Amino acid sequence: MFRRSEKNKKGSSQIHYHGMRDTTLVRLFILPTIILLIFVNIFPLLWSLFLSFSDYSAKMVDEWGKNPVMVGGKNYSNILSNPDIWIRFFTTAKYVILSVGGEMILGFGLALLLQLDFKGKGLLTTLLILPMTMSPVIVGLMWRLFYNPNWGMFNFLLGLGRIDWISDPARNLYSIVIVDIWMWTPFVLLLSIAGLSAIPKYLYEAAEIDRASWWFKFTRITLPMVYPLLLVALIFRTMEAFKIFDLPMGITGRGAMAPPLLAMYLYNISFVTWKTSLGSSLGYIMLIIIIAITNIFIKYLNRAKQ
Amino acid sequence: MKKLSLLLVTLLIIISTITSLAFNGCAPAEVEEETTPAEVEEETTPAEEVEVEQFITIHWAQWAPADYLEKVSEGFTAETGIKVIVEQTPWETFVQKYNTEMIAHSDAWDIIVGDSQDIGNMAVNGHYVDLTDWIIEHEVDKTFTPASLTYFAEYPKGAGKYYAVPCEGDALAWAYRKDLFEDPANMAAFEDEYGYELGIPTSWDMLKDIAEFFHDPDNDLYGVAIYGDNGYDSLAMFAEQCIWAFGGELGDYSTYEVDGLLNSEGAIAGIQYYHDLFKFVPPGFGSAFYLETNDGFVSGIAPMSCNYLAFFPGLANKETNPYADDTGYFACPPQVGPDGVERQFAALGGQGASIVTYSKKQDLAYQWLEWFVKSETQMEWAKLGGYTCHAETLESDEFINATPYNPTFKESMEIFKDWWACPEYDELLRTFSETIAGYVVGDQGTAEEAANKCVEQWESIFEAAGYYD
Repeated sequence: MFRRSEKNKKGSSQIHYHGMRDTTLVRLFILPTIILLIFVNIFPLLWSLFLSFSDYSAKMVDEWGKNPVMVGGKNYSNILSNPDIWIRFFTTAKYVILSVGGEMILGFGLALLLQLDFKGKGLLTTLLILPMTMSPVIVGLMWRLFYNPNWGMFNFLLGLGRIDWISDPARNLYSIVIVDIWMWTPFVLLLSIAGLSAIPKYLYEAAEIDRASWWFKFTRITLPMVYPLLLVALIFRTMEAFKIFDLPMGITGRGAMAPPLLAMYLYNISFVTWKTSLGSSLGYIMLIIIIAITNIFIKYLNRAKQ
Repeated sequence: MKKLSLLLVTLLIIISTITSLAFNGCAPAEVEEETTPAEVEEETTPAEEVEVEQFITIHWAQWAPADYLEKVSEGFTAETGIKVIVEQTPWETFVQKYNTEMIAHSDAWDIIVGDSQDIGNMAVNGHYVDLTDWIIEHEVDKTFTPASLTYFAEYPKGAGKYYAVPCEGDALAWAYRKDLFEDPANMAAFEDEYGYELGIPTSWDMLKDIAEFFHDPDNDLYGVAIYGDNGYDSLAMFAEQCIWAFGGELGDYSTYEVDGLLNSEGAIAGIQYYHDLFKFVPPGFGSAFYLETNDGFVSGIAPMSCNYLAFFPGLANKETNPYADDTGYFACPPQVGPDGVERQFAALGGQGASIVTYSKKQDLAYQWLEWFVKSETQMEWAKLGGYTCHAETLESDEFINATPYNPTFKESMEIFKDWWACPEYDELLRTFSETIAGYVVGDQGTAEEAANKCVEQWESIFEAAGYYD
């Protein structure tokens, strides 16, 4: 049914289908996706932006002028002037630094070790990757059992006595960090292995001829060559860790003794107390922070590519 | 080696999938698998299939009573040919789920067995059908206990407008280890230390003495297993009964006044008591709810535990509690408050069954309600393990003797009281739980500071809601 049209004025040829130009056809094929994106992503984004400047609770009856009622930037100023929110920002930042930092060091370190040749390397790599394949909610619930101070395996195996890793605010942030590292180190490991495998062998051979030290090879060949992929891992893990919700929900729950993480707070105000507009404002603040951090990393990534 | 790795990966994925599925079903031990419409269909005989075409869907939390409800509703199906599907949602997200569905005006369910404190929100926002005339016509107001009708069905309280039929009555009560309490050595040592006989607590003060007496962390024994803050209402429910017992109030439910009530001498004494009792819980109880308290008891590390009565079947079952034969039960004890007056209260649990406004099968839902409130249905419901609020059934020997904890249930039904039921109840819960948990679990500040902070927060919530206009 396709027929090649006559050359147009500019001399380019078009494939026609039932009189439609190929560009029209392409647009037609893309249209359903665009419509879906508008309804699923763009509209909610714009609607929540509108709500963030209003006073609105989704659980109350909609009545224009009452629910929602426009309040300007009041929600944003309320959030940012609340001293509690800064504790939550600080705790979330601490969580991101500890978990992502741990994952980067361990993931890259393990990847370097896996560059060595030894028996059972394939099997070990497979086993190391397994935690990443599990559902985060299941992982959270499973670790809640491990951490149980009265009958959990964690304290028992480490001989720690009955230490409360779940509801003690002095410890429970670290208990989630440990699980995050356990679960997502394999992600960094995978990307690092990919990066390390792509380094041309002749670079090391040339360095060997020049009798370069191990440290020299690491800092001048390995690290610069893997750096772009490490940055990709860093971007993904930072974004994920910043909005972490499933692991803390499973491990500590959302009670008052749970670590004051931003995403948990967002859940509580949006779906427990149904302050929809306040939740939208906090969601936007988090979105702006994530975009800002990601952009900084992407800038470095582009530099590394150059 | 590669083949071996591949084989191992396949095996591990299968194992992890099975583990995940097992975790999904690891709610309370007595909870059976959810029954899907397809399964219900399979269970019917071919002859019935011809007749059974209509069905209604009831939404409830995932726990044993929901299974009992589905079981008892088989009688309704046999009578009318209408199938009843009880869809269950885990407690942690139960209220959020049905609120979300109602906001969307969903007709997914015809009946919701919703939390008592949420009735105001559901009524004010028009999600539940007004059942006032129906309740009077079917004499539910005469056949069910007045307190259950007030707390599970009425909004505003005292207005005579009903939106539910009391379905599952429940309250916080206690389980204790009879073998430890009746041990002669323990009895003698307790009497030496406290100057009176060890036994079922006759006051909250005595309960604390007993907890202190048994608390021996070096030997893996802790005084008491009670709720911490799990993020929903666990801590608030335990705190409120302490506040009431010591003579405090959560506020005036009709005027929304809280100053002088929630921070009264009695309320502060109640909060202080919770804080002092919490020193005797096992490690990790800062986020404890029903599972942890039951686990603490059945694992033998706590001689007493407080939980909703609906979770007591697990304690009476030898398969889940090795101390089942030595387990006794008692209702929340009375207490003389700072004002010298003795009071006895238990925090209300349980839910009422309401017809969803957006249901397209309201006629069938009414039929089910009509069948459910019948005396014979209520007796069947009670026999299966449901906590009836039907006055005649509650009084019957058949009910009292059905389980070892039913007498405690009956006693608790006479002393229960509920949380706020206004649409803002969830905000009140959250602020109260966070503030009181800071003091009780986190040991920050004083009871008076916590009470005053709650008053301040609640007044601003009521102010914003326009109750003081």
